[in-house]
Amino acid sequence: MVGITSYGAYIPRYRMNHNTLFTAVGFLLTFPPPGENAVANQDEDALTMAVGAGADCLGSMKREMVDGLYLAGTSQPYVLRQNSALIATALDLPSSIRSADFTGSTRSGTTALLAALDAVNGETCSNVLVCASDCRLSKPGSPQEYLYGDGAASLLVGSEDVIATFEGAYSVCYDFPDRWRASTEKFEHAWEDRFIRDSGYSQFILEAISGLLKRYNLNIKDFAKIAYPGLYPREHGAIAKRLGADPAQLQDTLLSTIGDTGAASPLMMLVAALEDARPNDMILVAGFGSGSDAMFFRVTERISEVGERRAVKKHLAAKKDLASYEKYLAFRNLAPFDLGMRGEISIRTPMSALFRERKVVLSLCGSKCRKCGTAQYPYQRVCVNPDCGAVDQMDDYRFSDKTGVIFTYTGDYLAASMDPPSVYGLVDFEGGGRFWFDFTDCDLESVKVGMPVEMTFRRRYVDEPTGVHGYSWKATPIGG
Amino acid sequence: MAEGIKDKVAIIGMGCTKFGELWDKSADDLMVDAFQECIQDAGLEKKDINAAWFGVHFEEQSVGKGATSLALALKLPFLPVTRTENFCATATEAFRGACYGVASGAYDIALALGVEKLKDTGYGGLPGGPGLMGTKSALIMPKLTAPGAFAMMATRYFSVYGLSPEDGKRMLAKISAKSHYNGARNPKAHLRREVTEEQILKAPVIAWPLGLFDCCGVSDGAAAAIVTRADLARKFRPDPIYVKALQVAVSSGEELMYTKWDGAHVESGYRAGRQAYKEAGIENPREEISMAEVHDCFSITEAVTMEDLQFSPRGKVKDDIEAGRFNLDGPQPIQPDGGLKCFGHPIGASGLRMLYEMYKQLQGKADLPERQLKNPRLGLTHNMGGFPAMNIVSVAIVGL
Repeated sequence: MVGITSYGAYIPRYRMNHNTLFTAVGFLLTFPPPGENAVANQDEDALTMAVGAGADCLGSMKREMVDGLYLAGTSQPYVLRQNSALIATALDLPSSIRSADFTGSTRSGTTALLAALDAVNGETCSNVLVCASDCRLSKPGSPQEYLYGDGAASLLVGSEDVIATFEGAYSVCYDFPDRWRASTEKFEHAWEDRFIRDSGYSQFILEAISGLLKRYNLNIKDFAKIAYPGLYPREHGAIAKRLGADPAQLQDTLLSTIGDTGAASPLMMLVAALEDARPNDMILVAGFGSGSDAMFFRVTERISEVGERRAVKKHLAAKKDLASYEKYLAFRNLAPFDLGMRGEISIRTPMSALFRERKVVLSLCGSKCRKCGTAQYPYQRVCVNPDCGAVDQMDDYRFSDKTGVIFTYTGDYLAASMDPPSVYGLVDFEGGGRFWFDFTDCDLESVKVGMPVEMTFRRRYVDEPTGVHGYSWKATPIGG
Repeated sequence: MAEGIKDKVAIIGMGCTKFGELWDKSADDLMVDAFQECIQDAGLEKKDINAAWFGVHFEEQSVGKGATSLALALKLPFLPVTRTENFCATATEAFRGACYGVASGAYDIALALGVEKLKDTGYGGLPGGPGLMGTKSALIMPKLTAPGAFAMMATRYFSVYGLSPEDGKRMLAKISAKSHYNGARNPKAHLRREVTEEQILKAPVIAWPLGLFDCCGVSDGAAAAIVTRADLARKFRPDPIYVKALQVAVSSGEELMYTKWDGAHVESGYRAGRQAYKEAGIENPREEISMAEVHDCFSITEAVTMEDLQFSPRGKVKDDIEAGRFNLDGPQPIQPDGGLKCFGHPIGASGLRMLYEMYKQLQGKADLPERQLKNPRLGLTHNMGGFPAMNIVSVAIVGL
């Protein structure tokens, strides 16, 4: 029995209200569609959000049991250097895993999930983590700016303790030139909206779902929830009507609360459906882009045994309005804001050192002394406990899943930042260990000594001359 | 048990440039200026010098690597010249090298010179770059600046000793106001303006809770000393100043990575002070040290240094500050020349600049009579390099 064994999601903290967009660049469009979009912070991108969703999905499970990581999305930072391998390292997964990036279409989210299900079904993998994430850049004032939101979903696929069994799939593929972006381009191009809607969106999802129903001899009324992206709200309902589905069966598209999260969209809807699912519920999911993938699952009794997950619901609840369109431009590097000469110093990431130190930098692993039990970051060969000093008696020790408290902090207006002040401080970890970290997703005024923090994987910088996107872990004050 | 350096070495000449944003002076100019004053003060000629130690921190910013720049600027005749670098103790390390050179008997006369040309970066504050942790800096260090790193110690000090931000900031404002008072009276200082506590408290925040006037200046400057063995000293001048202690303590990593450090003091500062007092035979530093130039890169650093050096009891420096203990007319003047606060901090020069003030005060030769302290006997200099959680501290004690 193969299927989904856990789920998770990541939605960035900030929301951009459509009215804010309209006030800033409304002169380029006639009216704003209602709602708001989730927008990445200055240190987030599709890759960091995928790590966030993956960590949520894995919870306290043993990382060693994961033997595959599939990443889907159309806006991953690297074209060359496998994004999924970087994410696997950030999640401290073993090196004996299969990894792949699925890209080129917003359908890649459902395709990656199908590939994971096939791998487990074919018994070449036991537990494959699927992360789908998108953080797409759109031109200021474009329709996409209202449509696109940032977010990620993650599903663990396996054959033991399955919470939703995989029952079948049906796909259609078309070279549909609705949107395209060459590898050298920053922004996508789109053909006329009415063409996308009428020749693609309204056709492919219907064709895939109808094919699925026919192949497995199903009735649309069999499903508790039907989840497919809602790029066009009216057509979204029309597809359901043509399928003979009841509007109550439709899973919320999250379009007005998060926006269209591209490759992540159908999987985020699936995660949201699982959050409310009951045993024996049938869930139908379809992705859209260059055709459509449709698949369906049956929820099992184990659904109630999924541990604490932030998933979609809790992420939706924890939000902060980003009232400044100018900050949004700065966060996404869409306008040449001034960082001063201090901010123009090139980082020149030492890649060989990064690889050597990958467990320290990307996995946030330090060491724990076998002799005295002191946890320490980064990894030390000589124990930092002055009363111990043992040499080479260390085990790897992961800090990314530990909470901590703020030992001290500051808000620095001198450090070059798109969102000053830079807040950082020293963190004391539960279970031992202390180090200094940048803080993120917080406001200086609410940060206090003693406040609890959790760790979050973020982008440190983009070094323009070398194209290097540097990543490491930061601390998020809880309640900050 | 090692004997230590006490009374084995004497300073027989010193020089110090004016510090400031010296747009029309190169590092070479500063070296020549400091050296010329120094050698004239010693009454020697260049050929009398046997060896030299040369301190500069941001060499990439001014003179390049190695020791050649000093030899070239001064046209030293193929002397043994050694370059030192140890963060903010760089100049004191050059001085330490020169002292050990003559104390060992290897040389009779040695030169220590420190220089830093900071104002060629194009932006305020210290030059940015890899910083403390080498290659790992680019990979795992937070976006730390010097004000931020020390602001974290202020946050911690306020928290540990239960000071509200208002009370804490006022305590720190008194420190900066005192140093500005002193600096305003010193012709060689960079910032020569008195500032009131209210002005300090109203200044923009640089790194919470530190404001503009909690931060020292960023300047160019150079300073130099010529030392000889103590038994030779009176051949050169009637009023040599003797070295009583030279100590350095370096963090082991336990402040940053172990969880015992309280974050409200500098452990290396305490250790270096304790070692220096032992070397100099000082039992009660609060009473015996006449005056000190300490590393006031930020007001909070001076506050905790008073406690680290045992001038004030732990957590009680506020009482001494409020009582005016460290003022120019107080019982234990601190930063009589205006400190880093008013001189700025050309890193490779600061330690020798501090010694210059102690040397002149001990000789009774402060440039202006109103700055001259009454009968000082022992002067202490203190440099702290790096950040409170990971640093090096040097302490030197000189006296009659």
